Amino acid sequence: MTAYFHEEFETMPRAALEALQLKRLQQTVARVYEKVPFYRETLGKAGIQPEQIRSLDDLRRLPFTVKQDMRDAYPYNLFAAPMDEIVRIHASSGTTGKPTVVGYTKKDIDTWAELMARTFVTTGVHQGDIIHNAYGYGLFTGGLGAHYGAERLGASVIPISGGNTARQLMIMQDFGSTVLTCTPSYSLYMAEEAREAGIDFRDLKLRVGIFGAEPWSEDMRKDIEGKLNLHALDIYGLSEIMGPGVAIECIEAKNGLHIWEDHFLAEIINPDTGEVLPDDATGELVITTITKEGIPLLRYRTRDITSLTREPCICGRTHARLTRMSGRSDDMLIIRGVNVFPSQIESILMRIEGVEPHYLLVVDRHDNLDTLEVQVEVDEQIFSDEVKVLQALAQRIEKEIKDFLGVTSKVRLVEPKTIARSEGKAKRVIDNRK
Amino acid sequence: MQVEQISIFIENKSGRLAEVTRVLGSKGINIRALSLADTSDFGILRLIVDQTDLARATLKEQGFTVSKTEVVAVEVPDQPGGLAGILEVLDKSGINVEYMYAFVERCGGNAVIIFRFDDPVSAIRVLTDNRLKILEGERLYGM
Repeated sequence: MTAYFHEEFETMPRAALEALQLKRLQQTVARVYEKVPFYRETLGKAGIQPEQIRSLDDLRRLPFTVKQDMRDAYPYNLFAAPMDEIVRIHASSGTTGKPTVVGYTKKDIDTWAELMARTFVTTGVHQGDIIHNAYGYGLFTGGLGAHYGAERLGASVIPISGGNTARQLMIMQDFGSTVLTCTPSYSLYMAEEAREAGIDFRDLKLRVGIFGAEPWSEDMRKDIEGKLNLHALDIYGLSEIMGPGVAIECIEAKNGLHIWEDHFLAEIINPDTGEVLPDDATGELVITTITKEGIPLLRYRTRDITSLTREPCICGRTHARLTRMSGRSDDMLIIRGVNVFPSQIESILMRIEGVEPHYLLVVDRHDNLDTLEVQVEVDEQIFSDEVKVLQALAQRIEKEIKDFLGVTSKVRLVEPKTIARSEGKAKRVIDNRK
Repeated sequence: MQVEQISIFIENKSGRLAEVTRVLGSKGINIRALSLADTSDFGILRLIVDQTDLARATLKEQGFTVSKTEVVAVEVPDQPGGLAGILEVLDKSGINVEYMYAFVERCGGNAVIIFRFDDPVSAIRVLTDNRLKILEGERLYGM
Protein backbone atom coordinates (compact mmCIF):
# COMPACT_ATOMS: atom_id res chain seq x y z
CA MET A 1 0.00 0.00 0.00
CA THR A 2 1.82 3.13 -1.28
CA ALA A 3 1.98 6.15 1.01
CA TYR A 4 1.68 9.51 -0.75
CA PHE A 5 2.23 13.05 0.52
CA HIS A 6 0.26 14.79 -2.23
CA GLU A 7 -1.84 11.89 -3.50
CA GLU A 8 -3.92 13.97 -5.90
CA PHE A 9 -0.83 15.35 -7.65
CA GLU A 10 1.32 12.24 -7.46
CA THR A 11 -1.34 10.00 -9.03
CA MET A 12 -2.89 12.56 -11.39
CA PRO A 13 -3.92 10.97 -14.71
CA ARG A 14 -1.60 11.98 -17.59
CA ALA A 15 -4.19 14.10 -19.41
CA ALA A 16 -4.93 16.23 -16.34
CA LEU A 17 -1.23 16.42 -15.46
CA GLU A 18 -0.37 17.63 -18.96
CA ALA A 19 -3.14 20.23 -18.88
CA LEU A 20 -1.70 21.50 -15.58
CA GLN A 21 1.80 21.52 -17.08
CA LEU A 22 0.70 23.60 -20.04
CA LYS A 23 -1.00 26.18 -17.84
CA ARG A 24 2.07 26.49 -15.62
CA LEU A 25 4.42 26.62 -18.61
CA GLN A 26 2.44 29.49 -20.12
CA GLN A 27 2.58 31.39 -16.82
CA THR A 28 6.34 30.81 -16.57
CA VAL A 29 7.11 31.92 -20.11
CA ALA A 30 5.03 35.05 -19.58
CA ARG A 31 6.80 35.74 -16.29
CA VAL A 32 10.35 35.46 -17.64
CA TYR A 33 9.48 37.34 -20.80
CA GLU A 34 8.22 40.22 -18.71
CA LYS A 35 10.75 40.21 -15.88
CA VAL A 36 14.05 38.78 -17.14
CA PRO A 37 15.91 40.83 -19.80
CA PHE A 38 17.95 37.78 -20.85
CA TYR A 39 14.81 35.81 -21.70
CA ARG A 40 13.07 38.74 -23.36
CA GLU A 41 16.07 39.00 -25.61
CA THR A 42 16.52 35.30 -26.41
CA LEU A 43 12.81 34.70 -26.91
CA GLY A 44 12.64 37.82 -29.03
CA LYS A 45 15.56 36.64 -31.17
CA ALA A 46 13.78 33.29 -31.65
CA GLY A 47 10.63 35.15 -32.67
CA ILE A 48 8.61 33.78 -29.74
CA GLN A 49 5.88 35.63 -27.86
CA PRO A 50 4.40 34.06 -24.70
CA GLU A 51 0.92 33.87 -26.28
CA GLN A 52 2.32 31.48 -28.89
CA ILE A 53 2.76 28.72 -26.30
CA ARG A 54 -0.49 26.85 -26.89
CA SER A 55 0.54 23.22 -26.44
CA LEU A 56 3.31 21.27 -24.74
CA ASP A 57 4.80 20.63 -28.21
CA ASP A 58 5.63 24.34 -28.32
CA LEU A 59 8.19 23.72 -25.56
CA ARG A 60 10.75 22.60 -28.09
CA ARG A 61 10.56 25.92 -29.90
CA LEU A 62 12.06 27.64 -26.86
CA PRO A 63 15.83 28.20 -26.87
CA PHE A 64 18.01 26.30 -24.40
CA THR A 65 19.52 27.85 -21.30
CA VAL A 66 23.06 26.73 -20.49
CA LYS A 67 25.38 27.07 -17.50
CA GLN A 68 27.34 29.82 -19.23
CA ASP A 69 24.16 31.92 -19.32
CA MET A 70 23.98 31.64 -15.56
CA ARG A 71 27.66 32.56 -15.14
CA ASP A 72 27.20 35.54 -17.43
CA ALA A 73 24.28 36.66 -15.27
CA TYR A 74 26.35 36.63 -12.08
CA PRO A 75 25.08 37.31 -9.54
CA TYR A 76 21.40 38.21 -9.85
CA ASN A 77 20.65 39.04 -13.50
CA LEU A 78 18.49 35.99 -14.18
CA PHE A 79 16.21 36.59 -11.19
CA ALA A 80 12.54 37.11 -12.03
CA ALA A 81 11.68 38.69 -8.70
CA PRO A 82 12.98 41.86 -7.00
CA MET A 83 15.58 41.32 -4.29
CA ASP A 84 13.20 42.22 -1.48
CA GLU A 85 11.12 39.18 -2.44
CA ILE A 86 14.16 36.87 -2.46
CA VAL A 87 14.37 35.20 0.94
CA ARG A 88 17.18 32.70 0.26
CA ILE A 89 20.28 32.64 -1.90
CA HIS A 90 22.24 29.49 -2.76
CA ALA A 91 25.24 29.02 -5.02
CA SER A 92 27.18 26.23 -6.67
CA SER A 93 30.64 26.18 -8.15
CA GLY A 94 31.27 27.93 -11.44
CA THR A 95 34.17 27.31 -13.84
CA THR A 96 35.52 30.84 -13.77
CA GLY A 97 35.91 30.74 -10.00
CA LYS A 98 32.60 32.49 -9.57
CA PRO A 99 29.64 30.42 -8.42
CA THR A 100 26.28 30.19 -10.21
CA VAL A 101 23.73 31.91 -8.00
CA VAL A 102 20.08 31.03 -7.44
CA GLY A 103 17.43 32.92 -5.50
CA TYR A 104 14.18 31.74 -3.86
CA THR A 105 11.03 33.64 -3.01
CA LYS A 106 9.00 32.58 0.03
CA LYS A 107 6.72 30.56 -2.26
CA ASP A 108 9.76 28.86 -3.85
CA ILE A 109 11.02 27.83 -0.39
CA ASP A 110 7.56 26.46 0.49
CA THR A 111 7.38 24.54 -2.80
CA TRP A 112 10.84 23.11 -2.25
CA ALA A 113 9.92 21.98 1.27
CA GLU A 114 6.70 20.40 -0.06
CA LEU A 115 8.52 18.57 -2.86
CA MET A 116 11.23 17.37 -0.51
CA ALA A 117 8.61 16.14 1.98
CA ARG A 118 6.91 14.35 -0.92
CA THR A 119 10.33 12.94 -1.84
CA PHE A 120 10.83 11.57 1.67
CA VAL A 121 7.42 9.90 1.67
CA THR A 122 8.21 8.32 -1.70
CA THR A 123 11.14 6.53 -0.05
CA GLY A 124 8.98 5.22 2.77
CA VAL A 125 9.89 7.91 5.31
CA HIS A 126 7.10 9.28 7.53
CA GLN A 127 6.41 11.61 10.43
CA GLY A 128 8.02 9.98 13.43
CA ASP A 129 11.20 9.12 11.58
CA ILE A 130 14.47 10.56 12.87
CA ILE A 131 16.41 11.90 9.92
CA HIS A 132 20.20 11.97 10.15
CA ASN A 133 20.99 14.70 7.63
CA ALA A 134 24.66 14.44 6.72
CA TYR A 135 24.43 16.52 3.54
CA GLY A 136 26.51 19.72 3.84
CA TYR A 137 24.78 22.80 5.20
CA GLY A 138 25.70 26.17 3.71
CA LEU A 139 25.60 27.61 0.22
CA PHE A 140 25.13 24.14 -1.19
CA THR A 141 21.47 23.20 -1.47
CA GLY A 142 21.82 19.63 -0.12
CA GLY A 143 21.72 20.20 3.64
CA LEU A 144 19.04 22.86 3.90
CA GLY A 145 16.95 21.26 1.13
CA ALA A 146 16.66 17.97 2.99
CA HIS A 147 16.24 19.84 6.27
CA TYR A 148 13.21 21.90 5.29
CA GLY A 149 11.60 18.86 3.67
CA ALA A 150 12.03 16.85 6.85
CA GLU A 151 10.47 19.58 8.97
CA ARG A 152 7.56 20.00 6.54
CA LEU A 153 6.94 16.29 6.78
CA GLY A 154 6.97 16.54 10.55
CA ALA A 155 9.88 14.15 10.99
CA SER A 156 12.67 14.85 13.50
CA VAL A 157 15.72 16.15 11.70
CA ILE A 158 19.26 16.04 13.11
CA PRO A 159 21.19 18.71 11.18
CA ILE A 160 24.54 16.98 11.57
CA SER A 161 26.00 18.03 8.16
CA GLY A 162 29.20 16.28 6.98
CA GLY A 163 32.46 15.26 8.65
CA ASN A 164 33.55 13.91 12.05
CA THR A 165 32.46 10.37 11.30
CA ALA A 166 33.10 8.98 14.77
CA ARG A 167 30.69 11.50 16.22
CA GLN A 168 28.14 10.77 13.49
CA LEU A 169 28.18 7.09 14.41
CA MET A 170 27.77 7.86 18.10
CA ILE A 171 24.80 10.09 17.36
CA MET A 172 23.28 7.48 15.05
CA GLN A 173 23.42 4.97 17.88
CA ASP A 174 22.38 7.24 20.74
CA PHE A 175 19.75 9.36 18.96
CA GLY A 176 18.23 6.36 17.17
CA SER A 177 18.42 7.77 13.63
CA THR A 178 16.09 5.89 11.29
CA VAL A 179 16.88 7.66 8.00
CA LEU A 180 20.30 8.61 6.59
CA THR A 181 20.90 11.28 3.94
CA CYS A 182 24.42 11.70 2.51
CA THR A 183 26.50 10.81 -0.55
CA PRO A 184 26.68 7.09 -1.39
CA SER A 185 30.45 6.96 -1.06
CA TYR A 186 30.33 8.62 2.37
CA SER A 187 27.83 6.00 3.51
CA LEU A 188 30.36 3.28 2.64
CA TYR A 189 33.08 5.21 4.43
CA MET A 190 30.84 5.35 7.51
CA ALA A 191 30.27 1.62 7.22
CA GLU A 192 34.01 1.01 7.21
CA GLU A 193 34.60 3.30 10.20
CA ALA A 194 31.75 1.57 12.02
CA ARG A 195 33.23 -1.84 11.36
CA GLU A 196 36.57 -0.70 12.75
CA ALA A 197 34.85 0.73 15.82
CA GLY A 198 32.98 -2.53 16.38
CA ILE A 199 29.58 -1.04 15.55
CA ASP A 200 27.14 -3.32 13.72
CA PHE A 201 24.60 -1.52 11.55
CA ARG A 202 22.11 -4.28 12.30
CA ASP A 203 22.02 -2.96 15.87
CA LEU A 204 21.16 0.55 14.65
CA LYS A 205 17.65 1.69 13.83
CA LEU A 206 18.40 2.88 10.27
CA ARG A 207 15.71 1.80 7.81
CA VAL A 208 16.14 4.02 4.75
CA GLY A 209 19.08 5.81 3.13
CA ILE A 210 18.62 8.56 0.52
CA PHE A 211 21.85 8.98 -1.41
CA GLY A 212 22.72 11.51 -4.10
CA ALA A 213 25.04 14.29 -5.31
CA GLU A 214 27.10 11.77 -7.29
CA PRO A 215 26.35 8.88 -9.67
CA TRP A 216 26.31 5.36 -8.21
CA SER A 217 25.56 1.90 -9.64
CA GLU A 218 23.21 -0.98 -8.84
CA ASP A 219 26.23 -2.89 -7.55
CA MET A 220 26.97 -0.09 -5.16
CA ARG A 221 23.36 -0.15 -4.01
CA LYS A 222 23.63 -3.84 -3.10
CA ASP A 223 26.89 -3.14 -1.33
CA ILE A 224 25.43 -0.27 0.70
CA GLU A 225 22.24 -2.17 1.56
CA GLY A 226 24.28 -5.14 2.72
CA LYS A 227 26.65 -3.11 4.85
CA LEU A 228 24.24 -0.54 6.30
CA ASN A 229 21.17 -2.78 6.58
CA LEU A 230 18.75 -0.30 5.03
CA HIS A 231 16.89 0.46 1.77
CA ALA A 232 19.22 2.59 -0.36
CA LEU A 233 17.47 4.99 -2.74
CA ASP A 234 18.77 7.38 -5.36
CA ILE A 235 17.85 11.07 -5.22
CA TYR A 236 18.48 13.67 -7.93
CA GLY A 237 18.63 17.42 -7.77
CA LEU A 238 20.62 20.44 -8.85
CA SER A 239 20.72 23.93 -7.45
CA GLU A 240 19.98 25.59 -10.79
CA ILE A 241 16.59 23.84 -10.84
CA MET A 242 15.86 23.79 -7.10
CA GLY A 243 18.14 21.55 -5.03
CA PRO A 244 17.57 17.97 -3.84
CA GLY A 245 14.07 16.67 -4.47
CA VAL A 246 13.77 17.15 -8.24
CA ALA A 247 13.54 13.39 -8.74
CA ILE A 248 13.52 10.34 -6.43
CA GLU A 249 13.30 6.55 -6.59
CA CYS A 250 10.18 5.08 -5.02
CA ILE A 251 10.66 2.37 -2.42
CA GLU A 252 7.95 0.33 -4.07
CA ALA A 253 9.83 -0.23 -7.34
CA LYS A 254 13.42 1.00 -6.77
CA ASN A 255 13.57 1.26 -10.54
CA GLY A 256 13.94 4.76 -11.92
CA LEU A 257 13.59 8.18 -10.33
CA HIS A 258 10.17 9.90 -10.51
CA ILE A 259 10.65 13.50 -11.59
CA TRP A 260 7.93 15.77 -10.19
CA GLU A 261 6.21 16.71 -13.39
CA ASP A 262 3.74 19.12 -11.81
CA HIS A 263 6.77 21.39 -11.21
CA PHE A 264 9.36 20.32 -13.79
CA LEU A 265 9.13 19.48 -17.49
CA ALA A 266 11.73 16.94 -18.57
CA GLU A 267 13.11 16.35 -22.06
CA ILE A 268 15.93 14.14 -23.30
CA ILE A 269 18.01 15.62 -26.12
CA ASN A 270 20.89 14.59 -28.34
CA PRO A 271 23.69 16.67 -26.73
CA ASP A 272 25.34 17.38 -30.08
CA THR A 273 22.32 18.34 -32.18
CA GLY A 274 19.78 19.50 -29.57
CA GLU A 275 17.13 17.24 -31.12
CA VAL A 276 14.49 15.99 -28.69
CA LEU A 277 14.62 12.20 -28.34
CA PRO A 278 11.73 9.78 -27.74
CA ASP A 279 11.07 7.93 -24.47
CA ASP A 280 13.68 5.32 -23.49
CA ALA A 281 16.41 6.91 -25.62
CA THR A 282 19.54 7.94 -23.71
CA GLY A 283 20.67 11.54 -23.97
CA GLU A 284 21.07 14.75 -22.02
CA LEU A 285 18.39 15.77 -19.51
CA VAL A 286 16.84 19.20 -20.11
CA ILE A 287 14.56 20.66 -17.42
CA THR A 288 12.07 23.53 -17.53
CA THR A 289 10.81 24.85 -14.19
CA ILE A 290 7.12 25.68 -14.27
CA THR A 291 6.40 26.93 -10.75
CA LYS A 292 9.57 28.77 -9.67
CA GLU A 293 9.31 32.52 -9.11
CA GLY A 294 12.85 33.55 -8.09
CA ILE A 295 14.85 32.11 -10.97
CA PRO A 296 12.67 30.17 -13.40
CA LEU A 297 14.67 28.46 -16.16
CA LEU A 298 13.51 27.43 -19.63
CA ARG A 299 14.98 24.25 -21.13
CA TYR A 300 18.06 24.19 -18.90
CA ARG A 301 20.70 21.77 -20.17
CA THR A 302 21.78 19.80 -17.11
CA ARG A 303 24.65 17.91 -18.82
CA ASP A 304 23.47 14.76 -17.04
CA ILE A 305 23.02 11.68 -19.24
CA THR A 306 19.91 9.57 -18.64
CA SER A 307 16.71 8.33 -20.29
CA LEU A 308 13.02 8.89 -19.60
CA THR A 309 10.15 6.42 -19.34
CA ARG A 310 6.43 7.03 -18.98
CA GLU A 311 5.64 3.36 -18.37
CA PRO A 312 3.23 3.07 -15.44
CA CYS A 313 5.00 2.37 -12.17
CA ILE A 314 3.79 -0.18 -9.61
CA CYS A 315 3.78 2.55 -6.96
CA GLY A 316 0.84 4.20 -8.70
CA ARG A 317 2.57 7.52 -9.33
CA THR A 318 2.00 8.81 -12.85
CA HIS A 319 5.10 11.03 -13.02
CA ALA A 320 7.77 9.93 -15.52
CA ARG A 321 10.91 8.17 -14.35
CA LEU A 322 14.55 8.90 -15.15
CA THR A 323 17.03 6.05 -15.23
CA ARG A 324 20.05 6.35 -12.92
CA MET A 325 22.42 9.06 -14.11
CA SER A 326 25.27 7.40 -15.94
CA GLY A 327 27.61 10.29 -16.52
CA ARG A 328 28.01 13.81 -17.86
CA SER A 329 28.11 15.24 -21.34
CA ASP A 330 30.75 17.72 -20.21
CA ASP A 331 33.98 17.24 -18.32
CA MET A 332 32.65 17.97 -14.86
CA LEU A 333 33.89 15.65 -12.10
CA ILE A 334 32.13 14.85 -8.88
CA ILE A 335 34.61 14.35 -6.07
CA ARG A 336 33.18 13.43 -2.65
CA GLY A 337 29.90 14.97 -3.77
CA VAL A 338 31.50 18.26 -4.87
CA ASN A 339 31.30 19.38 -8.50
CA VAL A 340 34.71 20.17 -9.96
CA PHE A 341 35.55 21.32 -13.47
CA PRO A 342 39.13 20.75 -14.68
CA SER A 343 39.12 24.33 -15.94
CA GLN A 344 38.68 25.55 -12.36
CA ILE A 345 41.92 23.83 -11.37
CA GLU A 346 43.50 25.33 -14.44
CA SER A 347 42.45 28.86 -13.43
CA ILE A 348 43.95 28.34 -10.01
CA LEU A 349 47.24 27.13 -11.48
CA MET A 350 47.36 29.99 -13.94
CA ARG A 351 46.67 32.50 -11.20
CA ILE A 352 49.51 31.15 -9.11
CA GLU A 353 52.05 30.62 -11.83
CA GLY A 354 51.12 33.29 -14.29
CA VAL A 355 51.83 30.92 -17.14
CA GLU A 356 49.74 28.06 -18.43
CA PRO A 357 51.15 25.00 -16.75
CA HIS A 358 50.74 21.46 -17.95
CA TYR A 359 48.69 19.54 -15.42
CA LEU A 360 46.85 16.25 -15.07
CA LEU A 361 44.10 15.33 -12.64
CA VAL A 362 44.11 11.76 -11.41
CA VAL A 363 40.92 10.81 -9.60
CA ASP A 364 40.78 7.60 -7.62
CA ARG A 365 38.96 5.98 -4.77
CA HIS A 366 40.67 4.63 -1.63
CA ASP A 367 38.71 3.15 1.26
CA ASN A 368 35.51 4.39 -0.38
CA LEU A 369 36.65 8.01 -0.40
CA ASP A 370 37.44 9.86 -3.60
CA THR A 371 40.97 11.20 -3.92
CA LEU A 372 42.28 13.88 -6.25
CA GLU A 373 45.91 14.10 -7.32
CA VAL A 374 46.96 17.18 -9.28
CA GLN A 375 50.13 16.54 -11.25
CA VAL A 376 51.90 19.75 -12.28
CA GLU A 377 54.91 19.82 -14.55
CA VAL A 378 57.88 21.69 -13.15
CA ASP A 379 59.24 23.88 -15.91
CA GLU A 380 61.84 26.59 -15.58
CA GLN A 381 59.24 29.20 -14.67
CA ILE A 382 58.23 27.29 -11.57
CA PHE A 383 61.48 25.59 -10.62
CA SER A 384 63.42 26.76 -7.63
CA ASP A 385 66.76 25.54 -6.35
CA GLU A 386 65.27 25.36 -2.86
CA VAL A 387 63.19 22.41 -1.68
CA LYS A 388 61.14 24.56 0.67
CA VAL A 389 60.09 26.86 -2.16
CA LEU A 390 58.78 23.96 -4.24
CA GLN A 391 57.03 22.45 -1.24
CA ALA A 392 55.46 25.81 -0.43
CA LEU A 393 54.23 26.00 -4.01
CA ALA A 394 52.60 22.58 -3.81
CA GLN A 395 50.98 23.48 -0.51
CA ARG A 396 49.74 26.79 -1.83
CA ILE A 397 48.07 25.08 -4.78
CA GLU A 398 46.44 22.54 -2.45
CA LYS A 399 45.21 25.35 -0.20
CA GLU A 400 43.72 27.37 -3.06
CA ILE A 401 41.96 24.29 -4.42
CA LYS A 402 40.55 23.65 -0.95
CA ASP A 403 39.54 27.27 -0.36
CA PHE A 404 37.94 27.85 -3.76
CA LEU A 405 36.51 24.45 -4.62
CA GLY A 406 36.09 22.79 -1.24
CA VAL A 407 38.08 19.76 -2.36
CA THR A 408 41.14 18.24 -0.68
CA SER A 409 43.84 17.37 -3.19
CA LYS A 410 47.46 16.24 -3.28
CA VAL A 411 49.78 18.08 -5.62
CA ARG A 412 52.51 16.01 -7.21
CA LEU A 413 55.27 17.91 -8.97
CA VAL A 414 56.46 16.01 -12.03
CA GLU A 415 59.19 16.41 -14.61
CA PRO A 416 58.45 18.35 -17.79
CA LYS A 417 56.97 16.54 -20.80
CA THR A 418 55.77 13.63 -18.66
CA ILE A 419 52.16 14.68 -19.12
CA ALA A 420 50.96 13.63 -22.56
CA ARG A 421 50.36 16.35 -25.11
CA SER A 422 47.60 16.06 -27.69
CA GLU A 423 46.64 17.68 -30.95
CA GLY A 424 43.17 18.73 -29.93
CA LYS A 425 41.68 19.15 -26.49
CA ALA A 426 44.23 18.03 -23.92
CA LYS A 427 43.24 15.02 -21.84
CA ARG A 428 43.31 16.61 -18.43
CA VAL A 429 41.69 13.90 -16.37
CA ILE A 430 42.31 10.26 -15.59
CA ASP A 431 39.43 8.84 -13.57
CA ASN A 432 40.34 5.46 -12.10
CA ARG A 433 37.07 4.96 -10.24
CA LYS A 434 34.81 2.24 -11.63
CA MET B 1 83.86 35.32 -6.48
CA GLN B 2 81.08 32.90 -6.85
CA VAL B 3 80.76 29.42 -8.30
CA GLU B 4 78.13 28.22 -10.79
CA GLN B 5 76.03 25.29 -9.66
CA ILE B 6 73.31 23.63 -11.67
CA SER B 7 70.13 22.34 -10.00
CA ILE B 8 67.99 19.65 -11.60
CA PHE B 9 64.42 18.71 -10.69
CA ILE B 10 64.10 14.94 -10.26
CA GLU B 11 60.89 12.99 -9.71
CA ASN B 12 61.03 10.17 -7.20
CA LYS B 13 60.98 7.52 -9.91
CA SER B 14 63.69 4.93 -10.31
CA GLY B 15 66.32 5.62 -12.90
CA ARG B 16 66.06 9.39 -13.08
CA LEU B 17 69.27 10.02 -11.17
CA ALA B 18 71.08 7.43 -13.25
CA GLU B 19 69.76 9.09 -16.41
CA VAL B 20 71.21 12.47 -15.41
CA THR B 21 74.64 11.07 -14.70
CA ARG B 22 74.53 9.01 -17.91
CA VAL B 23 73.66 12.06 -19.99
CA LEU B 24 76.50 14.08 -18.49
CA GLY B 25 78.91 11.23 -18.89
CA SER B 26 78.03 10.81 -22.54
CA LYS B 27 79.14 14.39 -23.21
CA GLY B 28 82.38 14.02 -21.32
CA ILE B 29 81.24 16.31 -18.53
CA ASN B 30 82.88 15.73 -15.18
CA ILE B 31 81.02 16.18 -11.90
CA ARG B 32 83.11 17.96 -9.25
CA ALA B 33 80.60 18.16 -6.39
CA LEU B 34 77.17 16.74 -5.84
CA SER B 35 74.33 17.05 -3.35
CA LEU B 36 70.86 15.55 -3.45
CA ALA B 37 68.06 17.14 -1.48
CA ASP B 38 65.02 14.96 -1.31
CA THR B 39 61.46 14.99 -0.07
CA SER B 40 59.01 12.12 -0.22
CA ASP B 41 57.73 13.50 -3.52
CA PHE B 42 60.72 14.78 -5.48
CA GLY B 43 64.44 15.58 -5.31
CA ILE B 44 66.68 18.46 -6.33
CA LEU B 45 70.09 17.37 -7.58
CA ARG B 46 72.76 20.06 -7.25
CA LEU B 47 75.94 19.68 -9.24
CA ILE B 48 79.16 21.53 -9.83
CA VAL B 49 80.59 20.39 -13.14
CA ASP B 50 83.58 21.28 -15.28
CA GLN B 51 81.48 22.53 -18.24
CA THR B 52 78.46 24.28 -16.77
CA ASP B 53 76.84 25.68 -19.91
CA LEU B 54 77.22 22.46 -21.88
CA ALA B 55 75.77 20.45 -18.99
CA ARG B 56 72.80 22.76 -18.74
CA ALA B 57 72.05 22.74 -22.45
CA THR B 58 72.42 18.97 -22.73
CA LEU B 59 70.16 18.24 -19.78
CA LYS B 60 67.51 20.67 -21.07
CA GLU B 61 67.62 18.95 -24.45
CA GLN B 62 66.99 15.66 -22.70
CA GLY B 63 63.86 17.13 -21.11
CA PHE B 64 65.11 17.98 -17.63
CA THR B 65 64.24 21.18 -15.80
CA VAL B 66 67.53 22.83 -14.93
CA SER B 67 68.46 26.09 -13.30
CA LYS B 68 71.75 27.79 -12.51
CA THR B 69 72.56 29.10 -9.04
CA GLU B 70 75.52 30.98 -7.63
CA VAL B 71 77.20 29.40 -4.63
CA VAL B 72 80.33 30.17 -2.61
CA ALA B 73 83.27 27.79 -2.20
CA VAL B 74 85.23 28.19 1.04
CA GLU B 75 88.48 26.54 2.11
CA VAL B 76 88.18 24.79 5.43
CA PRO B 77 91.11 23.52 7.52
CA ASP B 78 90.92 19.76 7.21
CA GLN B 79 90.86 19.01 10.93
CA PRO B 80 88.28 18.59 13.67
CA GLY B 81 86.70 21.96 14.43
CA GLY B 82 87.56 23.38 11.03
CA LEU B 83 83.98 23.62 9.83
CA ALA B 84 82.69 24.68 13.26
CA GLY B 85 85.00 27.68 13.15
CA ILE B 86 83.60 28.92 9.86
CA LEU B 87 80.00 28.38 10.90
CA GLU B 88 80.60 30.36 14.10
CA VAL B 89 81.94 33.28 12.10
CA LEU B 90 78.86 33.23 9.87
CA ASP B 91 76.52 32.82 12.81
CA LYS B 92 78.01 35.77 14.72
CA SER B 93 77.36 38.02 11.73
CA GLY B 94 73.83 36.77 11.23
CA ILE B 95 74.57 35.17 7.87
CA ASN B 96 72.00 32.54 6.97
CA VAL B 97 73.10 29.30 5.28
CA GLU B 98 70.46 27.76 3.00
CA TYR B 99 72.41 24.56 2.45
CA MET B 100 75.98 23.29 2.14
CA TYR B 101 77.91 20.28 0.96
CA ALA B 102 81.51 19.15 0.47
CA PHE B 103 83.63 19.32 -2.64
CA VAL B 104 85.27 16.20 -4.03
CA GLU B 105 88.83 17.52 -4.27
CA ARG B 106 91.00 19.12 -1.65
CA CYS B 107 92.87 22.34 -2.03
CA GLY B 108 96.35 21.93 -0.63
CA GLY B 109 95.81 20.75 2.92
CA ASN B 110 92.29 22.09 3.07
CA ALA B 111 88.84 20.71 2.40
CA VAL B 112 86.43 22.77 0.32
CA ILE B 113 82.80 23.38 1.36
CA ILE B 114 80.15 24.74 -0.98
CA PHE B 115 77.69 27.15 0.63
CA ARG B 116 74.44 28.57 -0.63
CA PHE B 117 73.69 31.85 1.13
CA ASP B 118 70.52 34.00 1.14
CA ASP B 119 72.81 37.01 0.87
CA PRO B 120 76.06 35.92 -0.83
CA VAL B 121 77.49 39.46 -1.04
CA SER B 122 77.37 39.97 2.74
CA ALA B 123 78.56 36.42 3.34
CA ILE B 124 81.61 36.91 1.13
CA ARG B 125 82.44 40.17 2.88
CA VAL B 126 82.19 38.53 6.33
CA LEU B 127 84.31 35.57 5.26
CA THR B 128 87.06 37.70 3.71
CA ASP B 129 87.03 40.09 6.70
CA ASN B 130 87.73 37.02 8.82
CA ARG B 131 90.57 36.04 6.50
CA LEU B 132 88.81 32.93 5.21
CA LYS B 133 89.73 31.81 1.71
CA ILE B 134 87.12 31.83 -1.02
CA LEU B 135 87.79 29.95 -4.23
CA GLU B 136 86.85 31.17 -7.68
CA GLY B 137 84.70 29.01 -9.90
CA GLU B 138 87.31 28.83 -12.61
CA ARG B 139 89.68 27.25 -10.12
CA LEU B 140 87.13 24.68 -9.00
CA TYR B 141 85.79 23.39 -12.28
CA GLY B 142 89.11 22.06 -13.39
CA MET B 143 90.36 20.85 -10.01
